[in-house]
Amino acid sequence: MIKAVMVMNTQGKTRLAKFYEYLPVEKQQELIRGVFAVLCSRAENVSNFIDAESIFGPDSRLVYKHFATLYFVFVFDSSENELAVLDLIQVFVETLDKCFQNVCELDIVFGYSKVHTILDEMIFGGQVVETSSSEIMKAIEEISKLEAASNAITLIPKSASGWRSR
Amino acid sequence: MSGPSLMDSLFQRSLEDLIKGLRQQLIGEQAFISKSLEEIRKEIKSTDLSTKSTALLKLSYLSNLHFHDMSFAVFPALEVLSSPRFSHKKIAYHAILLSFHDSTPILLLITNHLRKDLNSTNEFEVSLALQCLSRIANVDLARDLTPEVFTLLSSNKLYVRKRAVAVVLRVFEKYPDSVRVCFKRLVENLENSDPQILSAVVGVFSELVLKIFSKLAPLEPRLAKRVVEPICDLMRNTGATSLLFECIRTVVTSLSEYESAVRLAVGKVRGFLVDEDPNLKYLGLQALRIVAEKHLWAVAENKEVVIKSLSDADPNIKIESLRLVMAMVSEHNVSEMSRVLVNYALKSDPVFCNEILGSILSTCSRNLYEIIVDFDWYVSLLGEMSRIPHCQMGDEIENQLIDIGLRVKDVRPELVHVARDLLIDPALLGNSFLHGVLSAAAWESGEYVEFSRNPLELMEALLQPRTNLLPPSIRAIYIQSAFKVLVFCLHTCIMQGESIAPSASLDYLPSGVSASASYELFDDFSVENGADATVVHGQTRASAPITEESIVDLLNLVELAFGPLLGSHDVEELGPVSLSAQGKVCLPNGLVLKENLSDLEMICGDIEPSSSNSFSFGNPNEEKDGLSFSSLQIKEDSEQPHESTSLLAEHRKRHGLYYLPLRKSEIISNDYPPANDPTLQGDINDNADHLVKLTAESLVPKRKPNHSKPRPVVVKLDEVNEKPVAMKQPESRDNSLSGAVREVLFGSEDILPTSSQSNLSNSSKRKGKEKQHTDPHVESKESAVGDGNSSSRRRSQGKERRQRSPRKKNDEERKDTVQKEKKNRSGRHKSIQRAEEPLKVPAQTSVIPDFLL
Repeated sequence: MIKAVMVMNTQGKTRLAKFYEYLPVEKQQELIRGVFAVLCSRAENVSNFIDAESIFGPDSRLVYKHFATLYFVFVFDSSENELAVLDLIQVFVETLDKCFQNVCELDIVFGYSKVHTILDEMIFGGQVVETSSSEIMKAIEEISKLEAASNAITLIPKSASGWRSR
Repeated sequence: MSGPSLMDSLFQRSLEDLIKGLRQQLIGEQAFISKSLEEIRKEIKSTDLSTKSTALLKLSYLSNLHFHDMSFAVFPALEVLSSPRFSHKKIAYHAILLSFHDSTPILLLITNHLRKDLNSTNEFEVSLALQCLSRIANVDLARDLTPEVFTLLSSNKLYVRKRAVAVVLRVFEKYPDSVRVCFKRLVENLENSDPQILSAVVGVFSELVLKIFSKLAPLEPRLAKRVVEPICDLMRNTGATSLLFECIRTVVTSLSEYESAVRLAVGKVRGFLVDEDPNLKYLGLQALRIVAEKHLWAVAENKEVVIKSLSDADPNIKIESLRLVMAMVSEHNVSEMSRVLVNYALKSDPVFCNEILGSILSTCSRNLYEIIVDFDWYVSLLGEMSRIPHCQMGDEIENQLIDIGLRVKDVRPELVHVARDLLIDPALLGNSFLHGVLSAAAWESGEYVEFSRNPLELMEALLQPRTNLLPPSIRAIYIQSAFKVLVFCLHTCIMQGESIAPSASLDYLPSGVSASASYELFDDFSVENGADATVVHGQTRASAPITEESIVDLLNLVELAFGPLLGSHDVEELGPVSLSAQGKVCLPNGLVLKENLSDLEMICGDIEPSSSNSFSFGNPNEEKDGLSFSSLQIKEDSEQPHESTSLLAEHRKRHGLYYLPLRKSEIISNDYPPANDPTLQGDINDNADHLVKLTAESLVPKRKPNHSKPRPVVVKLDEVNEKPVAMKQPESRDNSLSGAVREVLFGSEDILPTSSQSNLSNSSKRKGKEKQHTDPHVESKESAVGDGNSSSRRRSQGKERRQRSPRKKNDEERKDTVQKEKKNRSGRHKSIQRAEEPLKVPAQTSVIPDFLL
C-alpha cells in the first residue's frame, strides 16, 4: 500500500502532499521537512531509494525521482515493489504532462484541484488502481466535463477576477 | 469593502486568486494567509452553497500546503456535500479526506450522504464516495455501508467495480463481519477475465495474505511446489525488470529450498549487480543479502562485485555491500578481512568509517568471539582501531577490551602491551571519544600489571602530566591503576630482596615474570623459570629490572603527581572509619591484627629509611631537587607553570617518538599534540583486489588451517545474561480480519457466535490468512458462522456437494491466483498478463446472503 505521495521543489516548498493514513497537519509538515532534509543531500547519480524507517516508522520505504526543479516522492510499505513504484512515478508525471501540455512547476502550483484529481484516479485509498495514463486521461476529461456542466448554471461569475477586467 | 454579506459574496476570491495573492506577497505571506483565513471563516458561514464550497476549497488548499488546521470546517463540509452539484460534491469530499479522521465527532452524519452517493448512477460520484469511505471508515460506517459496497462489487461498470474491490480491504479491516457478505463477490471477481478487475482483487488478496505467505510456503509444500515452476518461467521470459525483481524476491524469501529456482534467481541477481543503474545494483545487493543466510555460495560467486561496491559513491550501496562482506567473514579469513576493511575505513568519510568499525566489532564479538582464534591479533587490532582519527566507537572498544581481559586469561600479556601503547601516547588524551578506551587501558594495566614487561614505563604513562585534564572518573581509574602498579613493583622488589639466594636469574624475574606474583608460587616458579628463563629472555625487551633505585624513582613520581591532589578540592578526603563499622567487617581467617605497628620496622627496615621529618618518601639526598609535601604546597602556586613545563619536557625526552618535532623558537604549548595522520597505504583498488584474493582462498577452505597455537579458552561467566533471541510475536492487530476470512472460508461450527466479536478478533486473522492458501475450497465461502444453526449445517452440506467437482479446478485456480499475485505486484502496467491456463471454473449459484434476512 502506498502511504504517502509528496511533490516538493528544490527549495523545500511543498507543491503536493497526500497522506493515505490520517496524520495531523503538524506531523505532516514534520515528515515533509524530514524527507526534504534527506533529499537535498543526495548526489545526482545515486540510487533512487531512501530508507524511510527513521521518518515514517517501520516497514516504510521511499522512492524519489528528481525532475527539473521538483522531487516526486512516494512512500510505501513492503507490499509494493520498489521498481514498480518507480514506474508509477513515471506514469504520474506522464499523465501530468498530457494533462497540462508540457507540465512545469507552475502548472502544479495553480492546478491544485486537477493534480489531486489525477492522483486520485491513479491511487485509490493507498492501492494502485490505474496504471495506464491514457485511461487516466479519459477519466479526467469526463470529470472536467461533469464539473463544467454542473457549474454552467451560474450565469454571473462569483469570483472577483470575473468582474474586473485585467 | 462596504456592506458585509452582499459585497463579500460578490467579490469572493477564488482559489486561483488566493494562490496568486500568496505568490505576489504584497503584504507578506503570513499576513496574507491570516487575512484569507478570516475571509474564509466568514464566507463559509454563508447560506449560498457556491460561496461555501469555494471557501472550503480555499481552506483545503491552505490546510494541505500551508498546514493550517481546518477542523472548524467540518460541519460546513457536510453541508456542501449535500449539494446536488457534482463540483460541490467533489470539493466537499476532498475537504473531508483531508480533515476527517476516526475521532471526528460528526462522522456518523456522513453515512446518509455516502449511501446516497454510493447508489448514484454517476460513476464518478460513486468513486468519490468510495474513496471517502476507504479513508475514513470506522466500524459504524463500515457496518452500515457494507450492503452498498456489496452491490457495487457486482456493478456492471468496470470503473466502479475496480474501486469497490479496492475499498473492500479497508471495510474488512474495520468491520470483519462484512467479510461474510462481501467475500463471495470478491472471489467472483477473481474469476472475472478482465485484467484490471483481477489486478484489483489480487491486490486485495495480496494485502491480506502477504506476510503469511512466506511463512506458509515452507509449511505448505504443495503450494510452493506449484508456484515455483511458473515463477521460474516468468523469470526466464519476462522483459519487465520490476516483475523480474519481484520474482527474485519471492524466490529468495519464501522458496529458498528449491535449488534450481535459487540458482536461476541468483543468476538474474548477478545481472542486476553489474548493471550501470544504481537502483538495480542496490536491489541486487539487497536480494543477495537475503539469500546469503542460507546460500553463501551465491555471495561467493559475486564477491568481486560486492567488494568493488564498497567504494561506490552511493551510501546505500556501500552499506549493503559492507553487510554482505561481513556475512562472508569466517574464522579463517577474519584477520585479513579486517585488515583490508580497516584500510577502507581510513580512507572513508566519518560515517562510513564508523559503520565499518562497528560492523567489524559486532561481527567479531558475536557469540563470545567465536570467530576469533588469535586473540593477540584481535587485541592489537582493537588498539589500532582506537587510533583511527574518525573513530567514534570508543565505548564498544572499551567494553570489548575489558570483556576479553576478563574472559581470556592467555591474552592478558598482549592486552597489557596494547594498553601500554595506548597510555603512552599523549595525543590520545585529547580525543573525547577515546576516553573510554583509555580508561579500559588504564584499568587493565593496573589489573594485569604482572604481565607487563616494564611496569616502570607503565607508571610513567599513567602519571604523565596531561592526565590531569581527563575527566575525573577516568582520572580516578588512572590513579587506582598507578597504585596497583606501585604495589606490584614494591612487592616484587621485596620478593627480590628476600630470595637473593636461589639463582641469579631471579634478578630477571620481575621483568619477565608471566605468572602471578604470589609468594607461595614463587618457589615453583624458581624451578620452572630455570627452563623458562631462556624463553622469557627471548621475549624480554630491554627493560630495567626493578631495583631499589627504580622504586625510589617511582615513589617520587607518585608523590609529585598526586601531591597536588591532596590539596585540591576535587579529591574527597577519606575520613576515618568508625569503630562500629570496623566491627562489622569480619576478620579473614588466619589474620592476626596487632595493635602496635612495631613489627613494621622489621619488615621495612632494609628499605631506605625516611629520615626527613615530614612523613614522605623523599630521599634526603634528593631533597634539594625533590619536593616534600609541605614545601610542595607552598611552592605550588608560583612554580606551577614552571613545573608543568619541566615535567612536559621530561616526558617529551623519554617519549619523543610520540611527539611532533618541535620548532626552534616555539614555546611548548599547552595543547595536546595532534594525532599523527595515518599514512595512506596504497590504492583502494589494490585493496579490493587483495581482498578478492583473500576471500577466494578462505571461503572454501581446502585444508584445515594450521594455527601456530591453539585457541585460548574463553570463559563464559555465569552471571552474564545471555538474552535469548526474542521470538517475534504474531501481530495481533491483523487478527480480526483474518478471523473473518477464515470463517467465511471454512464455516466451522466451532466458532463462537458473532456477538462476541472480540474473540474473533484475536484468533481470526491469523487463521484466515492460513486458510487462504491451504484451503482448496475457495469457492465455498458461505459462512456457516457462528450461529451453529440449521442453516449453516445445510450450507455446509451444500459445500460438500460442490466440493468434489470443482476440486481439480480449485487447485488450478489457486495456483493461478498466486501466480497472478506475483505478477500483479510489478510490471510496467499493473494490468495482469493472461493466466496460462484459462479458468474453467463454472459460475456459482449464489446463495442468499445472510445480511439481507
